[in-house]
Amino acid sequence: MAELSRELPSRQVPATDFSYVGIDSILEQMRRKAMKQGFEFNIMVVGQSGLGKSTLMNTLFKSKVSRRSATSTIEERIPKTVEIKSISHDIEEKGVRMKLTVIDTPGFGDHINNENCWQPVMEFINDQYAQYLQEEININRKKRIPDTRVHCCVYFIPPTGHSLRPLDVEFMRRLSKVVNIVPVIAKADTLTLEERDDFKKKIREELSENDIDVYPQKEFDEDAEDHLINEKIREMIPFAVVGSDQEYQVNGRRLLGRKTKWGIIEGIITSLFLPFTVENVAHCEFAYLRDLLIRTHMQNIKDITSTIHYEAYRMTRLNDIKTYTNGMNGHESTACEM
Amino acid sequence: MCITVFHWYILQKDKNARPLSLSGHVGFDSLPDQLVNKSTNQGFCFNILCVGETGIGKSTLMDTLFNTSFENFESSHFEPKVKLRAQTYELNESNVRLKLTIVNTVGFGDQMNKQQSYQPVVDYIDAQFESYLQEELKIKRSLYNYHDSRIHVCLYFISPTGHSLKSLDLVTMKKLDSKVNIIPVIAKADTISKSELHKFKIKIMSELVSNGVQIYQFPIDDESVAKINSTMNGHLPFAVVGSTEEVKIGNKMVKARQYPWGVVQVENENHCDFVKLREMLICVNMEDLREQTHTRHYELYRRCKLEEMGFKDTDPENKPVSLQETYEIKRQEFLLELQRREDEMRQTFVQRVKEKEAELKEAERELQNKFEHLKRLHQEERMKLDEKKKLLEDEINAFNKRKSAAELLQAQAFSSSSSMNIKRDKDRKNSGFM
Repeated sequence: MAELSRELPSRQVPATDFSYVGIDSILEQMRRKAMKQGFEFNIMVVGQSGLGKSTLMNTLFKSKVSRRSATSTIEERIPKTVEIKSISHDIEEKGVRMKLTVIDTPGFGDHINNENCWQPVMEFINDQYAQYLQEEININRKKRIPDTRVHCCVYFIPPTGHSLRPLDVEFMRRLSKVVNIVPVIAKADTLTLEERDDFKKKIREELSENDIDVYPQKEFDEDAEDHLINEKIREMIPFAVVGSDQEYQVNGRRLLGRKTKWGIIEGIITSLFLPFTVENVAHCEFAYLRDLLIRTHMQNIKDITSTIHYEAYRMTRLNDIKTYTNGMNGHESTACEM
Repeated sequence: MCITVFHWYILQKDKNARPLSLSGHVGFDSLPDQLVNKSTNQGFCFNILCVGETGIGKSTLMDTLFNTSFENFESSHFEPKVKLRAQTYELNESNVRLKLTIVNTVGFGDQMNKQQSYQPVVDYIDAQFESYLQEELKIKRSLYNYHDSRIHVCLYFISPTGHSLKSLDLVTMKKLDSKVNIIPVIAKADTISKSELHKFKIKIMSELVSNGVQIYQFPIDDESVAKINSTMNGHLPFAVVGSTEEVKIGNKMVKARQYPWGVVQVENENHCDFVKLREMLICVNMEDLREQTHTRHYELYRRCKLEEMGFKDTDPENKPVSLQETYEIKRQEFLLELQRREDEMRQTFVQRVKEKEAELKEAERELQNKFEHLKRLHQEERMKLDEKKKLLEDEINAFNKRKSAAELLQAQAFSSSSSMNIKRDKDRKNSGFM
């Protein structure tokens, strides 16, 4: 019979230099395969209409990924129930192909009675997990399961300057348990710098009072280095953003901004000759948001979705089946969520 | 999903992703780097299985390939059965941490009857798949920390006879080809001449093809490596020489084997295919080997195992069976089975109790019988004794009567005679009695 001899605790055997083995070429092989397969990213935007969600998405991805609802008629603008609109685009940059899906939630928070308006969103997110789970437990599985799970949910906080509204707290409290939430202060150009800082501090306090864990969650910091970087981010959230897809000329530089009577609010610089660090973060923290979502933490966001949120959903779902109950639970079961 | 769920949202989904052009630098081109960084932090696993006869050079080749000396045991030729020995090492190169597991067969090809030689190897490979499957099926699982022990590549060592494959080789490779990526190598290739080698390779490949053995093909779908891979595919099986000893050639020290008639340099492509093997195995296709193991071989194992356990994706009417239904069906079956077993156990218990009762009753009866018997004996004894007592009493009575009769006579005789006579009579009587 086959017998496994005791596995030796791994010894560190450094590969000597005089003859190169080539183990580190696996990085290149991995990169090659990833580029060939392409990437997927699903981002959801939640907030009342008129907060600049579509504009922000278009600015983030430098293309018309989201259709602005400001152009529709009054009848079309506020749907009777919360709709979930999902639009996918194939984008490519320097050989890296990505399927980007932007999920919009028109109707959220727009009604007179907004009780339970988080429910459709929650159900949509859980449906994506359910679909993925169904694929995963099939006997004949696809080689690559299409990933429609919501990786990141950007929540738009209206710039009241005071504190979070009950709707905000309720939504974020429930959804931070199933998805990565990145809160942003929308239309930040209506706040002065002091107002902005006060507002942010108040929001952070309220978030911790209500035990709301937004991205990057403290408990998932992997090591000291990670912790350092993430702490800096946590000190800045929520980012105060100004979305803009209009270019203006300021001091000889072309940049995206918003033109008002009292000055041009600089969004980001589009000129090629200046490094991107010369963005006027005093005006808007868009650059930080972009870096977080795209340039540095995108893979991490996807990883947390698949290893933490999805696994938690799977565990609950399989446990429920074990105890022979019907219905689908996120992390809470409500009588009407059936 | 149950059909009874009613959606709270109206989904408008755009099924066709439209291609879009970007008007500036977004920055997601760093995604491959982000992915690679994450993997680097996690570390990599690679597991090699070496199958070949004792003494064919498996351990030496591993040492040569990875440029280090792993702990090696020289095995004897007298192993009664084929065993597998696995050892794990952690190698570092640049910033890459590789957890390398080398599994060697021990005693392969040594037994006189080699019919079951391949079985331990197949069992080992299946055991690793099973272990991964168990982890994947767990409710609370941690696949990302899981030490993947599945075999990614099997190097099959062919003896350099120069003629053809042995039947053991064919049988073993046929059993393994659907479970693992097989790369056949000709061991100790420095014992074959160049022309013989060429013919040998052709013979081996044609035998493999005619027997339907599917060895690993280096992938040609990726343009950047298609060319080199397809060239290498033509050089299979690789004729390798392993050596950890160094010989001075010119002004360099190279890995080589020194013979009286010359030096065979391991890394000289004219001498052997070692460099090709290292190139293909490590530098170009390591990731592909891992991927194939996961997406082809493991999926096949999983599919067969689940079907064996009775799971289905579609029910007899070809409708997709939902997760819930499958689990419910399984659960029902399981409960029925439990019930059946419980009944069985109960029956067995009742049976046993009955038997024991009968036994005890039997013992009781026996005891009772014995008691009665003893009692009877006792009574009989008693009766006998009573009879004897009676007889004795009768005798005593008779004697007493005689005694009193005699005394009476004596008294009468004494009263009519002198005291002298009495004394004499008394003495006479006494002496008569004595």
